[in-house]
Amino acid sequence: MNQARNFTKGFVRDNPVFTMMLGLCPALGTTTSAFNGFGMGMATLFVVLMSNIVVAIFKDFIPNKVRIPSYIVIIASFVTITDLVMEAFMGALHAELGLFIPLIVVNCFVLGRAEAFASKNTLFSSIVDGIGMGLAFTMALTMLGAARELLGANALFGVELVEGDGMLVFVLAPGAFIALGYLIALMNKLKKD
Amino acid sequence: MEYIVIIIGAVLVNNIVLAQFLGLCPLFGVSSKISTAAGMGGAVLFVMTVASIVTYLLSTFLLEPFNIMYLQTITYILVISSLVQMVEIVLKKVSPPLYQALGIFLPLMTTNCAILGVAILVFQQDLTLLQGVVFAISHSIGFTLAIVLLAGIREHMDLVNIPKGMKGNPIIMVTAGLLALAFMGFAGIV
Repeated sequence: MNQARNFTKGFVRDNPVFTMMLGLCPALGTTTSAFNGFGMGMATLFVVLMSNIVVAIFKDFIPNKVRIPSYIVIIASFVTITDLVMEAFMGALHAELGLFIPLIVVNCFVLGRAEAFASKNTLFSSIVDGIGMGLAFTMALTMLGAARELLGANALFGVELVEGDGMLVFVLAPGAFIALGYLIALMNKLKKD
Repeated sequence: MEYIVIIIGAVLVNNIVLAQFLGLCPLFGVSSKISTAAGMGGAVLFVMTVASIVTYLLSTFLLEPFNIMYLQTITYILVISSLVQMVEIVLKKVSPPLYQALGIFLPLMTTNCAILGVAILVFQQDLTLLQGVVFAISHSIGFTLAIVLLAGIREHMDLVNIPKGMKGNPIIMVTAGLLALAFMGFAGIV
């Protein structure tokens, strides 16, 4: 597979959220606004990139039987780094995302990239895959966050577009499920054309 | 009284799946039949309770005294994954029928964010050990309730004519959204 396709495969065809239905908990839990979704996506991008790099470097040294626990420890280390760095420099966003930062550890999408891609491919492909998939995940979260913010608060990235209140339900829990449902339907339609 | 507040709050008001978005992978993955959904619920009940007790003891007697709370995430996930492994081995020896019934759900438990989430929440909310156990049990009941309800709706959905574009995942999402909307009605009870 050439690197350009390796980079772009996650955006529509293998999108982690819309197609593979992985990493749904942060995708629904943190996308109350476009900015929060973007922040969560970027944090996940860092973790998936770094864990892909480390797994790709050490794949020949990790015994096959203990590979999953090893990957989890590698991912957990980078999640801890992300957690502490965000707490120090991005306090407001960190408070907003809350529990979902440590929960990147159990994001099946991150472990999935380590297991399905980085453990079988070269370092360079794994870096490209990490960035591409991370950006695709960020794109999905930002889209979902933008849709919910637009419908729920009449705003985009914190800028109010229309006067007055939006449909509050889209900022609350049920709106997350409904918005994602319709976004998946839209993506399925795009894929067919 | 405080325990009743914890139970109602966890099962109905702040339902772990429909209000807090934890454990969504099993919610959509194993909700095609009521029986498998209930099996998953049972497995979660067991692992979540034991994991909360073990992580509570670890952070109170090991991480806090030595001032190494930054290792919380790594410790918790290691505890949970080894616990899941241990439960699997013990169940296989002690009760093969139950092991058979739970099947693939046991190993999948490691990446169920509800388990890690509840373990972290028990610590963050400064609960006592007993409160933590009640908290974990009622959250897993809430999980089971949500997943069994969704499975029941999905079983009936097989008989319904669904618009072409909404078939599969989209309609399940919207259904879960409507379920969450119903659960929002419980807000304000406690």
